Amino acid sequence: MWLTLINIAAAISGLLALWMLYDWFKTDTSYSEETLTSSREGEIEAVSEKHKV
Amino acid sequence: MAKTSSAAAAAPIQRVSLLRILGPVHVWALGVGIVLVGEYTGWNFAADKGGTLAALIICWVVGLLYTAVAMIDSEVTSTVAAAGGQYAQAKHIVGPLMAFNVALYLVFAYTMLEVSNAILIADTMKAYIGEGFTDWHYKGIIATVIIVLATLNYRGVLMTLNVNFVITALAYLAIVVLFFSVQPWSQGAVLKLNEMVTPENALPYGWIGVIAGFHWGIWYYLGIEGTTQAAEEVRSPARSLPYGTMAGMITLLIGASLTWYVCASLMPWQYLGFTYYPLFDAGKLTGSKALETMMFAATILAALASANGCINDAARAWFSLGRDRYLPTWFAAVHPTYRTPYRSIVFLVPIALAFAFIANLGQAITFSILSGVLHYTFMSVNIMMFRNKWPLGTIRRGYTHPFHPLPAIVLFILCVVTFFAIFLGYGAQLTAMVVFYVIMSLWFHFYRYQYVRRGDQFTMPWPRPKGY
Repeated sequence: MWLTLINIAAAISGLLALWMLYDWFKTDTSYSEETLTSSREGEIEAVSEKHKV
Repeated sequence: MAKTSSAAAAAPIQRVSLLRILGPVHVWALGVGIVLVGEYTGWNFAADKGGTLAALIICWVVGLLYTAVAMIDSEVTSTVAAAGGQYAQAKHIVGPLMAFNVALYLVFAYTMLEVSNAILIADTMKAYIGEGFTDWHYKGIIATVIIVLATLNYRGVLMTLNVNFVITALAYLAIVVLFFSVQPWSQGAVLKLNEMVTPENALPYGWIGVIAGFHWGIWYYLGIEGTTQAAEEVRSPARSLPYGTMAGMITLLIGASLTWYVCASLMPWQYLGFTYYPLFDAGKLTGSKALETMMFAATILAALASANGCINDAARAWFSLGRDRYLPTWFAAVHPTYRTPYRSIVFLVPIALAFAFIANLGQAITFSILSGVLHYTFMSVNIMMFRNKWPLGTIRRGYTHPFHPLPAIVLFILCVVTFFAIFLGYGAQLTAMVVFYVIMSLWFHFYRYQYVRRGDQFTMPWPRPKGY
């Protein structure tokens, strides 16, 4: 039983890997590179904390 | 057409950033989840180096090291709340070259720990299943663990750490249940500590054995500092990170002591220092099939929780490097729907698989430990510079650690001892890794740094440091 479960799990993980690659491709083709890489470090801190002690 | 283009150019880009959705419980789940597997395997190799008593001494002394790590980390991270954790700290406090190295330490420490966990799960399954288990099944388990957890991380941080909370809590509960099941209040009923640990065999190699055991004793707590990687995704970093990290450290100190007591009372030091599954073996040695099955399941859950947290942390460190152009900005992409660093997560999957298929457990763990200790050494220097450049009262801190500079000094001394211990067992690997980091530093300094936008990388709205 264990060996069968391992085979099934390996097959499912193969499908999940394919799904990730598909979603990655879909995302990269649906949004501009500027949008995808627009995250900036510390943006929220810059607004919420002024470090006036 | 020209009008459309100029309108598009003028339109502001919609910002996509990591999601601030986590609380202290998730921070706890991330930290303890990464570390708890260390109670299930790894720490016990310290008994091989110095005997069972050495494993206990190291448990508490290394506990001191990590308490210092947790306190220092909590103070700095409550101020530098950004993905990348110690990388972002190093960038603001020490400088870009240190930051680049720290990020590499983080990526290697967590990726190698993820690899170790996948190998551990495959080894445990192999030991449990026995007959008919082939190399195909072994590799199938490793691939399944890494890919399924990477998919979970890809789909979102909240679900990832909710899952981590549940499986970590179950694995921890299993240690508590095992402890009370063996009637610790009644020595001789199940536990036989006075027979297993005698004055003759408590420290078979003397105090040098204790020092040598530091190499593996690190495994009791390795990774608790990973909580800081969630800094950009917690709702209140100044509150959640210190609270989650310190609660995690208390949890682990209790768990490590219970683990040592049960295992030391059931196994002679020669076997304890040799086995890959001390708690699973402890479950077997009680003679109870239910406890054996529970500890088998808990070993798997602990390794899964650890691998899951490691994927989360390694990807965020890699993502942060991309965001500051220390690596190509391509890695800095955030998924617009799931709000995760999806390219970094997927990119690290084949690297983890490659190491998992070619490395053995001892090599992978040592690689992880070495990167971790380099990282802790940096932290002791980092906090001294932080307090000197921005003394108390000059910037807002969510948490201020007590007794400064004592924790930093203790941390530095214990790191030196651990380096010596690693040198005793894995001197060639230690040297090779240091050479690797030197080469990477030269590459960064002479080639990569020209692509970095120097002003953009410092994002914290802090006052000018003292003396500058």
